[in-house]
Amino acid sequence: MYLCEKCAKEKESAGMGVFNINDFFSLLMGLGMDAQHSFPQSIYRPPVRCSVCGMTYDDFQRAGKMGCAECYKLYAENLPPLLKKLHGAVQHTGKVPSKIASQLDCENEIEKLKRMLEEAIRNEEYEKAAQIRDKIRDLESRS
Amino acid sequence: MAMWFKQKGPESDVVVSSRVRLARNLSRYPFPFKMDEKQQKEVIEKVVSAVKKDNERTYRVYDIKNMDLITKVSLVEKHLISRDMAQAQNFRALIISEEQNVSLMVNEEDHIRLQCILPGMQISEAWKLCDTVDTVIEKEVDYAFDKNLGYLTSCPTNLGTGIRASVMLHLPALTMTGYVGRIFEACSKLGVAVRGLYGENSEASGDMFQISNQVTLGQNEEEIVKSIENIATQIISQERMLREELYKQNKTRFEDKIMRSYGIIRNARIMSSEEAMKLLSDVRLGVYMGIIKDIRPETLNEMLVAIQPASLQKRCKTDLNPEQRDIIRAEVLRNIFSNTQDNS
Repeated sequence: MYLCEKCAKEKESAGMGVFNINDFFSLLMGLGMDAQHSFPQSIYRPPVRCSVCGMTYDDFQRAGKMGCAECYKLYAENLPPLLKKLHGAVQHTGKVPSKIASQLDCENEIEKLKRMLEEAIRNEEYEKAAQIRDKIRDLESRS
Repeated sequence: MAMWFKQKGPESDVVVSSRVRLARNLSRYPFPFKMDEKQQKEVIEKVVSAVKKDNERTYRVYDIKNMDLITKVSLVEKHLISRDMAQAQNFRALIISEEQNVSLMVNEEDHIRLQCILPGMQISEAWKLCDTVDTVIEKEVDYAFDKNLGYLTSCPTNLGTGIRASVMLHLPALTMTGYVGRIFEACSKLGVAVRGLYGENSEASGDMFQISNQVTLGQNEEEIVKSIENIATQIISQERMLREELYKQNKTRFEDKIMRSYGIIRNARIMSSEEAMKLLSDVRLGVYMGIIKDIRPETLNEMLVAIQPASLQKRCKTDLNPEQRDIIRAEVLRNIFSNTQDNS
């Protein structure tokens, strides 16, 4: 596809294209394209393959793209340095889908109650502890 | 059909359009480049049926895989699909609202790329519209979402909010004086990307520039939209100030430059895309400075799209070689200008 003669000619003379996302990502990760030779020992790991899409971390570095949502869990510990470079942050603070928001609220509430339960037990307030325990069970069964 | 580029928006002397897009993925499917055909079709079905729950708008669905090239490129020229989308070989769909201000690309880099585009400076409105449609969809599908990383996207550059807020600016005075370089240097320090008329990898033509956020994680959507709005507002006031300054310095020379361009564009018989963009930039400036009085400003955006190669070919319903295209382009421009004058 081309937009005009000039663009087509430019694309030809530039070979593959103007911008190569693979090079970009390799550079960003502090690696050359020749990853085998320059791969720092400290972050080397034997290839783990994602059970859903089959991607390894090397594949991700080459493609600059994750294969599926599961990859983000699998390679979670490799991500923070990259995210800091890209976004200067590692924690989402924006919109949350409503279904997940209510689930997260519930999880937070359970965490809070668990802390209260521990405290009640420590203070030997067993009646109060039993009430809290019932609340936790109720919330857990709902989520 | 009231398309964004045929309407007039706020601050339209400098701002052509405001665009917000959200990247979303469905939780139980791999990202598009890892999907097989069956999964591609399933995702399209799910998104199409989810969008139908939007009672505020009616949508049309287009099959991109089986669309002819000229139609696809003309959609790129209207900013309704990406270049990448037009080149793809897998099952992809474009879902588009009747007014063409809401569109969804399905199975591009992410399962869903929801986009809202409005004329002029309406970036907050575009975000609100995106948010509304996104909320309708999220009730019908399960999004891939992580409480720490936010919306999971194929490329980590879009992670978190998945938002890209961009404003298209017409900056002839800043370009003419060379100040534009300094402004864009400042933009890049603030994490704001500057691109040409057609986004990533495209050159600025006709003094048109797009500014957009690069960071998508760690700030919420309102903060991101607000920061783009603030930067755009500053650029707008600089541009306006310089326009006045240049006009004051040498009124006759300024008017002469604009009226010459106007004369050429109304009378030329052969017109390259590059020349047309340059002349239209002068004419746009002239219209908003009150030097050219017989053109409705809304017509300017329409012209911007109409003179692009594929839009021309679509209008003629035939393939054109570049020379024929330049002749047709000149003809189209002459026609639009004479119609505009009749109407006003």
